[in-house]
Amino acid sequence: MSSIHLHYDVSGEDFTRAGEASGLVKKRLKALGYNTDAIRRVAIAMYEAEINMVIHADGGFVDIDIYPDKVEILLSDRGPGIPDVDKAMQAGFSTAPDNVRNLGFGAGMGLPNIKKYTDDMKIDTELGVGTKLYLTVRVNEA
Amino acid sequence: MEQYYHSVVLEKELCCGCTNCLKRCPTEAIRIRNGKAHILSQRCIDCGECIRVCPHHAKRAHSAPLQEINQYKVKVAIPAPALFGQFNNLDDLDIVLTGLLSIGFDYIYEVSRAAELVSEATRELIRQHKLNKPIISSACPAVVRLIKIRFPELCDNVMPLLAPMEVAAKMARREIIEKTGIDDKDIGVFFITPCPAKVTEIHSPNHADKSAVNGAIAISQIYPQLTAAMDKLQVVEPLSHSGLIGVGWATSGGEAVAMLGDKYLAADGIENVIRVLEELEDEHIRDVEFVELNACSGGCVGGVLTVENPYVAQARIHTLRKFMPVSLNHLDLADLDIMMWDNKLTYDASSFALSGDIFEAMEMMDNLEKIADSLPGLDCGSCGAPTCRALAEDIVRGNARETDCIHKLKKKIQNVYDELTSGL
Repeated sequence: MSSIHLHYDVSGEDFTRAGEASGLVKKRLKALGYNTDAIRRVAIAMYEAEINMVIHADGGFVDIDIYPDKVEILLSDRGPGIPDVDKAMQAGFSTAPDNVRNLGFGAGMGLPNIKKYTDDMKIDTELGVGTKLYLTVRVNEA
Repeated sequence: MEQYYHSVVLEKELCCGCTNCLKRCPTEAIRIRNGKAHILSQRCIDCGECIRVCPHHAKRAHSAPLQEINQYKVKVAIPAPALFGQFNNLDDLDIVLTGLLSIGFDYIYEVSRAAELVSEATRELIRQHKLNKPIISSACPAVVRLIKIRFPELCDNVMPLLAPMEVAAKMARREIIEKTGIDDKDIGVFFITPCPAKVTEIHSPNHADKSAVNGAIAISQIYPQLTAAMDKLQVVEPLSHSGLIGVGWATSGGEAVAMLGDKYLAADGIENVIRVLEELEDEHIRDVEFVELNACSGGCVGGVLTVENPYVAQARIHTLRKFMPVSLNHLDLADLDIMMWDNKLTYDASSFALSGDIFEAMEMMDNLEKIADSLPGLDCGSCGAPTCRALAEDIVRGNARETDCIHKLKKKIQNVYDELTSGL
Protein backbone atom coordinates (compact mmCIF):
# COMPACT_ATOMS: atom_id res chain seq x y z
CA MET A 1 0.00 0.00 0.00
CA SER A 2 1.90 3.08 -1.20
CA SER A 3 -0.93 5.61 -1.10
CA ILE A 4 -4.63 6.10 -0.52
CA HIS A 5 -6.51 7.98 -3.17
CA LEU A 6 -9.65 9.99 -2.39
CA HIS A 7 -11.78 11.86 -4.88
CA TYR A 8 -14.52 14.41 -4.20
CA ASP A 9 -16.79 16.50 -6.39
CA VAL A 10 -17.19 19.99 -5.03
CA SER A 11 -20.57 21.40 -5.96
CA GLY A 12 -20.55 25.02 -7.07
CA GLU A 13 -24.27 25.33 -6.64
CA ASP A 14 -24.66 25.26 -2.91
CA PHE A 15 -22.30 27.56 -1.10
CA THR A 16 -23.36 26.22 2.29
CA ARG A 17 -21.81 22.84 1.42
CA ALA A 18 -18.35 24.26 0.78
CA GLY A 19 -15.89 22.74 3.25
CA GLU A 20 -17.51 19.32 3.34
CA ALA A 21 -14.72 17.60 1.41
CA SER A 22 -11.97 18.99 3.63
CA GLY A 23 -13.95 17.85 6.66
CA LEU A 24 -14.11 14.30 5.29
CA VAL A 25 -10.38 14.27 4.51
CA LYS A 26 -9.67 15.38 8.08
CA LYS A 27 -11.73 12.44 9.39
CA ARG A 28 -9.84 9.96 7.19
CA LEU A 29 -6.47 11.31 8.31
CA LYS A 30 -7.45 11.02 11.97
CA ALA A 31 -8.53 7.42 11.39
CA LEU A 32 -5.07 6.78 9.96
CA GLY A 33 -3.51 8.15 13.15
CA TYR A 34 -1.76 10.70 10.91
CA ASN A 35 0.63 13.32 12.24
CA THR A 36 -1.66 15.89 13.90
CA ASP A 37 0.16 19.00 12.69
CA ALA A 38 -0.08 17.72 9.11
CA ILE A 39 -3.80 17.03 9.58
CA ARG A 40 -4.38 20.58 10.70
CA ARG A 41 -2.43 22.05 7.77
CA VAL A 42 -4.19 19.84 5.22
CA ALA A 43 -7.60 20.71 6.66
CA ILE A 44 -7.01 24.47 6.62
CA ALA A 45 -5.31 24.66 3.21
CA MET A 46 -7.85 22.40 1.56
CA TYR A 47 -10.76 24.28 3.12
CA GLU A 48 -9.49 27.62 1.79
CA ALA A 49 -8.95 26.12 -1.67
CA GLU A 50 -12.39 24.50 -1.63
CA ILE A 51 -14.01 27.83 -0.75
CA ASN A 52 -12.08 29.52 -3.58
CA MET A 53 -13.29 26.91 -6.01
CA VAL A 54 -16.92 27.49 -4.99
CA ILE A 55 -16.73 31.29 -4.97
CA HIS A 56 -14.80 31.77 -8.20
CA ALA A 57 -15.19 28.68 -10.34
CA ASP A 58 -18.58 27.06 -9.71
CA GLY A 59 -16.97 24.07 -8.02
CA GLY A 60 -14.76 21.32 -9.41
CA PHE A 61 -12.91 18.20 -8.25
CA VAL A 62 -10.48 17.41 -5.50
CA ASP A 63 -8.08 14.48 -5.71
CA ILE A 64 -6.11 13.56 -2.64
CA ASP A 65 -3.24 11.12 -2.35
CA ILE A 66 -2.23 10.20 1.15
CA TYR A 67 1.29 8.80 1.58
CA PRO A 68 2.86 7.85 4.90
CA ASP A 69 5.05 10.96 4.80
CA LYS A 70 3.02 13.47 2.78
CA VAL A 71 -0.41 14.41 1.45
CA GLU A 72 -0.82 15.62 -2.14
CA ILE A 73 -3.94 17.54 -3.07
CA LEU A 74 -5.02 18.50 -6.57
CA LEU A 75 -7.95 20.88 -6.96
CA SER A 76 -9.16 21.27 -10.53
CA ASP A 77 -11.89 23.54 -11.83
CA ARG A 78 -13.23 24.74 -15.15
CA GLY A 79 -13.63 28.30 -13.95
CA PRO A 80 -12.54 31.58 -15.53
CA GLY A 81 -8.85 31.18 -14.61
CA ILE A 82 -6.74 33.66 -12.65
CA PRO A 83 -5.67 36.68 -14.77
CA ASP A 84 -2.78 37.72 -12.52
CA VAL A 85 -1.46 35.03 -10.21
CA ASP A 86 1.07 37.32 -8.49
CA LYS A 87 -1.68 39.74 -7.62
CA ALA A 88 -3.96 36.95 -6.37
CA MET A 89 -1.17 35.83 -4.06
CA GLN A 90 -1.01 39.23 -2.36
CA ALA A 91 -2.55 39.33 1.10
CA GLY A 92 -5.76 41.31 1.04
CA PHE A 93 -6.36 41.14 -2.71
CA SER A 94 -9.77 39.70 -3.49
CA THR A 95 -12.29 39.63 -6.30
CA ALA A 96 -14.97 37.91 -4.23
CA PRO A 97 -18.50 39.28 -4.58
CA ASP A 98 -20.22 41.07 -1.70
CA ASN A 99 -22.61 38.25 -0.85
CA VAL A 100 -19.77 35.95 0.26
CA ARG A 101 -17.89 38.79 1.93
CA ASN A 102 -20.91 39.19 4.17
CA LEU A 103 -20.31 35.63 5.37
CA GLY A 104 -16.78 36.51 6.40
CA PHE A 105 -15.06 35.22 3.27
CA GLY A 106 -13.28 37.16 0.57
CA ALA A 107 -10.72 38.81 2.85
CA GLY A 108 -8.04 38.15 0.25
CA MET A 109 -6.26 35.65 2.49
CA GLY A 110 -7.20 32.44 0.64
CA LEU A 111 -4.12 31.84 -1.50
CA PRO A 112 -1.66 33.45 0.95
CA ASN A 113 -3.03 31.17 3.71
CA ILE A 114 -2.82 28.10 1.49
CA LYS A 115 0.82 28.92 0.78
CA LYS A 116 1.50 29.42 4.48
CA TYR A 117 0.11 26.03 5.52
CA THR A 118 1.53 23.89 2.70
CA ASP A 119 5.09 22.84 1.86
CA ASP A 120 4.61 23.09 -1.90
CA MET A 121 2.06 24.95 -3.95
CA LYS A 122 1.79 25.21 -7.71
CA ILE A 123 -0.87 26.98 -9.78
CA ASP A 124 -1.62 26.10 -13.40
CA THR A 125 -4.20 28.47 -14.72
CA GLU A 126 -5.49 29.40 -18.16
CA LEU A 127 -8.03 32.14 -18.81
CA GLY A 128 -11.36 30.73 -19.88
CA VAL A 129 -10.20 27.15 -19.36
CA GLY A 130 -9.73 26.67 -15.64
CA THR A 131 -7.28 26.35 -12.79
CA LYS A 132 -5.34 23.47 -11.27
CA LEU A 133 -3.93 23.94 -7.82
CA TYR A 134 -1.31 21.41 -6.67
CA LEU A 135 -0.62 21.30 -2.93
CA THR A 136 1.74 19.18 -0.86
CA VAL A 137 1.79 18.92 2.92
CA ARG A 138 4.72 16.94 4.33
CA VAL A 139 4.89 15.31 7.74
CA ASN A 140 7.48 17.16 9.79
CA GLU A 141 8.52 14.81 12.55
CA ALA A 142 9.31 17.11 15.43
CA MET B 1 -4.47 0.50 25.48
CA GLU B 2 -5.45 2.66 28.44
CA GLN B 3 -8.61 1.36 30.13
CA TYR B 4 -11.07 3.98 31.23
CA TYR B 5 -13.49 3.81 34.09
CA HIS B 6 -17.02 4.67 32.96
CA SER B 7 -19.94 5.73 35.10
CA VAL B 8 -22.46 4.91 32.37
CA VAL B 9 -23.50 1.27 32.62
CA LEU B 10 -25.99 -1.04 31.00
CA GLU B 11 -28.81 -2.85 32.80
CA LYS B 12 -28.57 -5.94 30.65
CA GLU B 13 -31.99 -7.39 31.35
CA LEU B 14 -33.71 -4.11 30.37
CA CYS B 15 -31.82 -3.69 27.09
CA CYS B 16 -33.77 -5.03 24.11
CA GLY B 17 -31.05 -4.29 21.56
CA CYS B 18 -32.90 -1.49 19.77
CA THR B 19 -30.97 1.23 17.94
CA ASN B 20 -31.95 4.32 19.94
CA CYS B 21 -28.69 4.75 21.85
CA LEU B 22 -26.64 3.36 18.97
CA LYS B 23 -27.77 6.13 16.64
CA ARG B 24 -27.49 8.95 19.16
CA CYS B 25 -24.06 8.32 20.62
CA PRO B 26 -21.97 11.34 19.55
CA THR B 27 -18.68 9.41 19.47
CA GLU B 28 -20.06 6.20 17.89
CA ALA B 29 -19.07 4.36 21.06
CA ILE B 30 -21.99 1.92 21.11
CA ARG B 31 -22.41 -1.38 19.29
CA ILE B 32 -25.24 -3.88 19.61
CA ARG B 33 -23.75 -7.36 20.04
CA ASN B 34 -25.89 -10.44 20.63
CA GLY B 35 -28.95 -8.29 21.12
CA LYS B 36 -27.45 -6.06 23.82
CA ALA B 37 -25.79 -2.65 23.76
CA HIS B 38 -22.05 -2.57 24.41
CA ILE B 39 -20.01 0.52 25.15
CA LEU B 40 -16.59 0.80 23.50
CA SER B 41 -14.65 1.95 26.50
CA GLN B 42 -11.95 3.96 24.76
CA ARG B 43 -14.51 6.06 22.88
CA CYS B 44 -17.13 6.77 25.55
CA ILE B 45 -16.98 10.27 27.03
CA ASP B 46 -19.73 9.66 29.64
CA CYS B 47 -21.90 12.45 28.21
CA GLY B 48 -25.05 10.56 29.18
CA GLU B 49 -26.86 10.91 25.84
CA CYS B 50 -27.61 7.18 25.84
CA ILE B 51 -29.18 7.43 29.29
CA ARG B 52 -31.30 10.31 28.02
CA VAL B 53 -32.58 8.56 24.90
CA CYS B 54 -33.08 4.98 26.11
CA PRO B 55 -36.85 4.37 26.21
CA HIS B 56 -36.33 1.21 28.29
CA HIS B 57 -34.20 2.82 31.01
CA ALA B 58 -31.52 0.25 30.34
CA LYS B 59 -28.71 2.77 30.71
CA ARG B 60 -27.91 4.32 34.03
CA ALA B 61 -25.08 6.08 35.80
CA HIS B 62 -23.19 4.88 38.84
CA SER B 63 -24.02 7.12 41.72
CA ALA B 64 -23.20 6.55 45.38
CA PRO B 65 -26.09 5.77 47.74
CA LEU B 66 -26.56 8.35 50.49
CA GLN B 67 -25.54 5.81 53.15
CA GLU B 68 -22.02 5.83 51.75
CA ILE B 69 -21.36 9.12 53.53
CA ASN B 70 -21.52 7.27 56.86
CA GLN B 71 -18.10 5.74 56.22
CA TYR B 72 -16.56 9.09 57.15
CA LYS B 73 -16.41 11.01 60.42
CA VAL B 74 -17.05 14.34 58.72
CA LYS B 75 -19.56 14.22 55.89
CA VAL B 76 -19.24 17.07 53.42
CA ALA B 77 -21.71 17.93 50.66
CA ILE B 78 -20.51 19.98 47.72
CA PRO B 79 -23.68 20.71 45.75
CA ALA B 80 -23.50 21.67 42.06
CA PRO B 81 -25.17 25.02 41.37
CA ALA B 82 -27.58 23.15 39.05
CA LEU B 83 -29.19 21.76 42.23
CA PHE B 84 -30.63 25.21 43.00
CA GLY B 85 -32.69 25.20 39.80
CA GLN B 86 -34.59 22.04 40.76
CA PHE B 87 -37.08 23.52 43.24
CA ASN B 88 -40.33 25.34 42.74
CA ASN B 89 -40.64 28.77 44.38
CA LEU B 90 -37.21 28.63 45.94
CA ASP B 91 -36.04 32.08 46.94
CA ASP B 92 -33.22 31.26 49.32
CA LEU B 93 -30.28 28.91 48.72
CA ASP B 94 -30.00 28.37 52.47
CA ILE B 95 -33.18 26.28 52.46
CA VAL B 96 -31.49 23.76 50.15
CA LEU B 97 -28.22 23.84 52.07
CA THR B 98 -29.89 23.43 55.47
CA GLY B 99 -31.91 20.59 53.93
CA LEU B 100 -28.64 18.86 53.03
CA LEU B 101 -27.51 19.14 56.66
CA SER B 102 -30.72 17.59 57.89
CA ILE B 103 -30.38 14.52 55.64
CA GLY B 104 -27.02 13.66 57.16
CA PHE B 105 -24.26 16.00 56.05
CA ASP B 106 -22.12 17.89 58.58
CA TYR B 107 -20.63 20.51 56.37
CA ILE B 108 -21.50 22.28 53.11
CA TYR B 109 -19.25 23.96 50.61
CA GLU B 110 -21.13 25.17 47.54
CA VAL B 111 -19.43 24.43 44.23
CA SER B 112 -20.63 27.87 43.12
CA ARG B 113 -18.16 29.35 45.64
CA ALA B 114 -15.31 27.52 43.95
CA ALA B 115 -16.69 28.56 40.55
CA GLU B 116 -16.16 32.17 41.55
CA LEU B 117 -12.55 31.37 42.44
CA VAL B 118 -12.05 29.59 39.11
CA SER B 119 -13.52 32.57 37.24
CA GLU B 120 -11.14 34.90 39.03
CA ALA B 121 -8.20 32.54 38.48
CA THR B 122 -9.00 32.43 34.75
CA ARG B 123 -9.05 36.21 34.55
CA GLU B 124 -5.75 36.31 36.41
CA LEU B 125 -4.10 33.78 34.08
CA ILE B 126 -5.35 35.76 31.08
CA ARG B 127 -3.85 38.90 32.59
CA GLN B 128 -0.54 37.08 33.02
CA HIS B 129 -0.74 35.87 29.38
CA LYS B 130 -0.44 32.28 30.55
CA LEU B 131 -3.27 30.79 28.48
CA ASN B 132 -3.36 29.87 24.79
CA LYS B 133 -6.17 31.62 22.94
CA PRO B 134 -8.86 30.83 22.22
CA ILE B 135 -9.14 29.47 25.74
CA ILE B 136 -11.42 26.45 26.02
CA SER B 137 -13.15 25.92 29.35
CA SER B 138 -12.17 22.76 31.24
CA ALA B 139 -15.29 22.65 33.43
CA CYS B 140 -17.26 19.98 31.51
CA PRO B 141 -15.39 16.67 31.81
CA ALA B 142 -17.26 15.13 28.86
CA VAL B 143 -15.96 17.93 26.65
CA VAL B 144 -12.41 17.58 27.99
CA ARG B 145 -12.48 13.83 27.31
CA LEU B 146 -13.88 14.49 23.83
CA ILE B 147 -11.02 16.87 23.03
CA LYS B 148 -8.53 14.35 24.40
CA ILE B 149 -9.67 11.59 22.03
CA ARG B 150 -10.71 13.57 18.96
CA PHE B 151 -9.17 17.04 18.76
CA PRO B 152 -5.38 16.76 19.04
CA GLU B 153 -4.62 20.32 18.01
CA LEU B 154 -6.92 21.76 20.67
CA CYS B 155 -5.47 19.99 23.71
CA ASP B 156 -3.17 22.94 24.46
CA ASN B 157 -6.09 25.37 24.37
CA VAL B 158 -7.96 23.68 27.19
CA MET B 159 -7.64 25.78 30.31
CA PRO B 160 -5.32 23.91 32.72
CA LEU B 161 -7.41 24.89 35.74
CA LEU B 162 -9.31 22.43 37.94
CA ALA B 163 -13.07 22.43 37.58
CA PRO B 164 -15.04 24.10 40.40
CA MET B 165 -16.04 20.67 41.83
CA GLU B 166 -12.41 19.76 42.47
CA VAL B 167 -11.51 23.19 43.83
CA ALA B 168 -14.54 23.07 46.15
CA ALA B 169 -13.40 19.71 47.55
CA LYS B 170 -9.88 21.00 48.17
CA MET B 171 -11.09 24.21 49.82
CA ALA B 172 -13.61 22.37 51.98
CA ARG B 173 -10.96 19.94 53.20
CA ARG B 174 -8.60 22.75 54.03
CA GLU B 175 -11.27 24.73 55.92
CA ILE B 176 -12.33 21.70 57.96
CA ILE B 177 -8.79 20.68 58.83
CA GLU B 178 -7.95 24.24 59.88
CA LYS B 179 -11.08 24.47 62.04
CA THR B 180 -11.08 21.04 63.65
CA GLY B 181 -7.65 19.53 63.13
CA ILE B 182 -9.29 16.31 62.02
CA ASP B 183 -7.37 13.86 59.83
CA ASP B 184 -7.85 14.36 56.07
CA LYS B 185 -8.82 10.72 55.57
CA ASP B 186 -11.73 11.08 57.98
CA ILE B 187 -13.32 13.68 55.74
CA GLY B 188 -15.71 12.37 53.10
CA VAL B 189 -16.50 14.87 50.35
CA PHE B 190 -19.54 14.11 48.18
CA PHE B 191 -20.50 15.97 45.04
CA ILE B 192 -24.23 16.34 44.45
CA THR B 193 -24.05 15.75 40.73
CA PRO B 194 -26.21 16.65 37.73
CA CYS B 195 -24.33 14.33 35.35
CA PRO B 196 -22.45 11.04 34.94
CA ALA B 197 -19.36 12.71 33.43
CA LYS B 198 -18.59 14.17 36.86
CA VAL B 199 -18.88 10.72 38.42
CA THR B 200 -16.27 9.50 35.96
CA GLU B 201 -14.13 12.54 36.63
CA ILE B 202 -14.00 11.62 40.32
CA HIS B 203 -12.99 8.02 39.65
CA SER B 204 -10.52 8.68 36.88
CA PRO B 205 -9.67 12.38 36.60
CA ASN B 206 -8.47 13.94 33.34
CA HIS B 207 -6.17 16.28 35.20
CA ALA B 208 -4.57 14.44 38.09
CA ASP B 209 -3.93 11.01 39.52
CA LYS B 210 -6.50 11.31 42.29
CA SER B 211 -9.59 13.42 42.92
CA ALA B 212 -10.19 15.24 46.22
CA VAL B 213 -13.84 14.14 45.98
CA ASN B 214 -14.78 10.77 47.53
CA GLY B 215 -18.03 10.13 45.73
CA ALA B 216 -20.90 11.56 43.75
CA ILE B 217 -24.58 11.35 44.55
CA ALA B 218 -27.05 12.04 41.75
CA ILE B 219 -29.38 14.99 42.22
CA SER B 220 -32.21 12.74 41.05
CA GLN B 221 -31.31 10.19 43.71
CA ILE B 222 -31.46 12.42 46.79
CA TYR B 223 -34.19 14.68 45.44
CA PRO B 224 -37.17 13.01 47.20
CA GLN B 225 -35.39 12.85 50.56
CA LEU B 226 -34.05 16.37 50.22
CA THR B 227 -37.37 18.02 49.28
CA ALA B 228 -39.08 16.21 52.18
CA ALA B 229 -36.40 17.47 54.56
CA MET B 230 -36.64 21.01 53.17
CA ASP B 231 -40.39 21.03 53.80
CA LYS B 232 -39.88 20.13 57.46
CA LEU B 233 -37.20 22.71 58.29
CA GLN B 234 -37.90 24.76 61.42
CA VAL B 235 -34.80 26.91 61.23
CA VAL B 236 -32.92 27.90 58.11
CA GLU B 237 -29.22 28.39 58.74
CA PRO B 238 -27.26 31.10 56.94
CA LEU B 239 -24.90 28.79 55.06
CA SER B 240 -24.72 30.15 51.54
CA HIS B 241 -21.73 32.13 50.49
CA SER B 242 -22.19 32.44 46.73
CA GLY B 243 -22.68 35.37 44.41
CA LEU B 244 -24.49 35.52 41.11
CA ILE B 245 -21.33 34.66 39.17
CA GLY B 246 -20.94 31.30 40.89
CA VAL B 247 -24.60 30.31 40.70
CA GLY B 248 -24.66 31.36 37.04
CA TRP B 249 -22.25 28.53 36.21
CA ALA B 250 -25.24 26.19 36.34
CA THR B 251 -26.40 27.37 32.94
CA SER B 252 -24.76 27.71 29.57
CA GLY B 253 -22.98 31.05 29.23
CA GLY B 254 -22.57 31.55 32.97
CA GLU B 255 -18.88 30.81 33.00
CA ALA B 256 -18.24 32.87 29.84
CA VAL B 257 -20.06 35.92 31.21
CA ALA B 258 -17.87 35.73 34.32
CA MET B 259 -14.83 36.44 32.13
CA LEU B 260 -16.16 40.01 32.10
CA GLY B 261 -15.15 40.39 28.46
CA ASP B 262 -17.20 40.33 25.30
CA LYS B 263 -15.15 38.09 23.01
CA TYR B 264 -16.67 34.83 24.13
CA LEU B 265 -18.72 32.01 22.75
CA ALA B 266 -20.86 29.57 24.72
CA ALA B 267 -22.17 26.40 23.07
CA ASP B 268 -24.28 23.69 24.67
CA GLY B 269 -25.59 20.31 23.58
CA ILE B 270 -22.99 17.75 22.51
CA GLU B 271 -23.68 18.02 18.76
CA ASN B 272 -23.27 21.80 18.86
CA VAL B 273 -20.12 21.38 20.92
CA ILE B 274 -18.63 19.05 18.31
CA ARG B 275 -19.45 21.52 15.53
CA VAL B 276 -17.71 24.33 17.41
CA LEU B 277 -14.66 22.15 18.09
CA GLU B 278 -14.41 21.20 14.41
CA GLU B 279 -14.48 24.87 13.43
CA LEU B 280 -11.98 25.82 16.12
CA GLU B 281 -9.67 23.09 14.89
CA ASP B 282 -9.82 24.44 11.34
CA GLU B 283 -9.23 27.98 12.65
CA HIS B 284 -12.53 29.19 11.21
CA ILE B 285 -13.60 30.79 14.45
CA ARG B 286 -11.62 33.97 14.92
CA ASP B 287 -11.89 36.94 17.25
CA VAL B 288 -13.07 34.75 20.12
CA GLU B 289 -10.98 34.65 23.27
CA PHE B 290 -12.95 32.34 25.51
CA VAL B 291 -14.98 29.29 24.57
CA GLU B 292 -17.40 27.73 27.04
CA LEU B 293 -18.63 24.30 26.03
CA ASN B 294 -21.23 22.21 27.83
CA ALA B 295 -22.12 18.71 26.68
CA CYS B 296 -25.71 19.10 27.91
CA SER B 297 -28.34 21.38 26.39
CA GLY B 298 -28.79 24.40 28.60
CA GLY B 299 -25.56 23.69 30.49
CA CYS B 300 -25.28 21.69 33.73
CA VAL B 301 -28.99 22.18 34.47
CA GLY B 302 -29.52 19.92 31.43
CA GLY B 303 -27.56 17.08 33.03
CA VAL B 304 -29.17 13.68 32.74
CA LEU B 305 -29.18 13.18 36.54
CA THR B 306 -31.28 16.27 37.24
CA VAL B 307 -35.05 16.12 37.72
CA GLU B 308 -36.35 19.38 36.27
CA ASN B 309 -36.69 20.43 32.64
CA PRO B 310 -33.43 22.31 31.92
CA TYR B 311 -35.16 25.42 30.63
CA VAL B 312 -37.39 25.66 33.67
CA ALA B 313 -34.31 25.21 35.85
CA GLN B 314 -32.53 27.90 33.85
CA ALA B 315 -35.38 30.36 34.39
CA ARG B 316 -35.34 29.65 38.13
CA ILE B 317 -31.60 30.19 38.32
CA HIS B 318 -32.06 33.57 36.63
CA THR B 319 -34.69 34.56 39.17
CA LEU B 320 -32.61 33.33 42.10
CA ARG B 321 -29.61 35.35 40.97
CA LYS B 322 -31.56 38.57 40.79
CA PHE B 323 -30.71 40.10 44.12
CA MET B 324 -27.42 38.38 44.74
CA PRO B 325 -24.11 40.17 45.10
CA VAL B 326 -21.86 39.71 42.06
CA SER B 327 -19.28 37.52 43.77
CA LEU B 328 -18.60 36.62 47.39
CA ASN B 329 -15.43 34.60 46.92
CA HIS B 330 -12.14 36.17 46.06
CA LEU B 331 -8.97 34.51 45.00
CA ASP B 332 -5.92 34.47 47.21
CA LEU B 333 -3.14 34.45 44.59
CA ALA B 334 -1.20 31.98 46.73
CA ASP B 335 -3.96 29.43 45.99
CA LEU B 336 -3.54 29.67 42.23
CA ASP B 337 -0.98 26.84 42.25
CA ILE B 338 -3.26 24.31 43.92
CA MET B 339 -5.98 25.12 41.40
CA MET B 340 -3.85 24.17 38.40
CA TRP B 341 -3.90 20.77 36.69
CA ASP B 342 -1.17 18.33 37.71
CA ASN B 343 -1.10 16.61 34.34
CA LYS B 344 -1.07 18.18 30.91
CA LEU B 345 -3.89 17.15 28.58
CA THR B 346 -2.40 14.89 25.93
CA TYR B 347 -4.05 13.52 22.82
CA ASP B 348 -4.97 9.85 22.86
CA ALA B 349 -4.95 8.77 19.21
CA SER B 350 -5.82 5.16 20.03
CA SER B 351 -9.58 5.79 20.30
CA PHE B 352 -10.11 6.45 16.62
CA ALA B 353 -6.93 5.50 14.75
CA LEU B 354 -7.13 2.19 12.90
CA SER B 355 -3.62 1.24 13.89
CA GLY B 356 -0.59 2.73 15.58
CA ASP B 357 1.41 1.88 12.46
CA ILE B 358 0.71 4.20 9.53
CA PHE B 359 1.44 1.52 6.90
CA GLU B 360 -0.95 -0.93 8.51
CA ALA B 361 -3.54 1.84 9.00
CA MET B 362 -3.36 2.70 5.29
CA GLU B 363 -3.79 -0.93 4.35
CA MET B 364 -6.84 -1.13 6.62
CA MET B 365 -8.33 2.09 5.29
CA ASP B 366 -7.99 0.92 1.70
CA ASN B 367 -9.87 -2.21 2.66
CA LEU B 368 -12.40 -0.19 4.68
CA GLU B 369 -13.23 2.06 1.72
CA LYS B 370 -13.86 -0.99 -0.48
CA ILE B 371 -16.13 -2.61 2.10
CA ALA B 372 -17.96 0.68 2.76
CA ASP B 373 -18.63 1.05 -0.98
CA SER B 374 -20.13 -2.44 -1.07
CA LEU B 375 -22.58 -1.78 1.80
CA PRO B 376 -26.06 -0.38 1.08
CA GLY B 377 -25.43 2.99 2.77
CA LEU B 378 -28.75 2.96 4.64
CA ASP B 379 -27.15 3.43 8.07
CA CYS B 380 -30.05 1.40 9.46
CA GLY B 381 -28.13 0.11 12.48
CA SER B 382 -29.50 -3.42 12.18
CA CYS B 383 -25.98 -4.86 12.02
CA GLY B 384 -25.25 -3.37 15.43
CA ALA B 385 -23.05 -0.54 14.18
CA PRO B 386 -24.40 3.02 13.93
CA THR B 387 -23.54 3.52 10.25
CA CYS B 388 -22.48 1.40 7.27
CA ARG B 389 -19.07 3.02 7.46
CA ALA B 390 -18.77 2.12 11.14
CA LEU B 391 -19.58 -1.50 10.24
CA ALA B 392 -16.87 -1.41 7.55
CA GLU B 393 -14.48 -0.16 10.21
CA ASP B 394 -15.52 -2.90 12.63
CA ILE B 395 -14.94 -5.47 9.88
CA VAL B 396 -11.39 -4.32 9.14
CA ARG B 397 -10.68 -4.26 12.87
CA GLY B 398 -11.85 -7.88 13.01
CA ASN B 399 -14.86 -7.15 15.23
CA ALA B 400 -17.66 -7.85 12.75
CA ARG B 401 -18.42 -9.71 9.53
CA GLU B 402 -19.90 -8.56 6.25
CA THR B 403 -22.91 -10.84 6.77
CA ASP B 404 -23.79 -8.85 9.91
CA CYS B 405 -25.37 -6.52 7.34
CA ILE B 406 -28.88 -7.92 6.95
CA HIS B 407 -29.18 -6.50 3.44
CA LYS B 408 -26.01 -8.27 2.32
CA LEU B 409 -27.14 -11.45 4.02
CA LYS B 410 -30.52 -11.23 2.29
CA LYS B 411 -28.80 -10.87 -1.07
CA LYS B 412 -26.65 -13.93 -0.34
CA ILE B 413 -29.65 -16.01 0.65
CA GLN B 414 -31.50 -14.77 -2.44
CA ASN B 415 -28.57 -15.91 -4.60
CA VAL B 416 -28.57 -19.35 -3.01
CA TYR B 417 -32.33 -19.61 -3.45
CA ASP B 418 -32.11 -18.54 -7.10
CA GLU B 419 -29.43 -21.13 -7.73
CA LEU B 420 -31.42 -23.89 -6.09
CA THR B 421 -34.62 -23.04 -7.93
CA SER B 422 -33.08 -22.21 -11.32
CA GLY B 423 -33.35 -25.82 -12.47
CA LEU B 424 -37.02 -26.14 -11.53
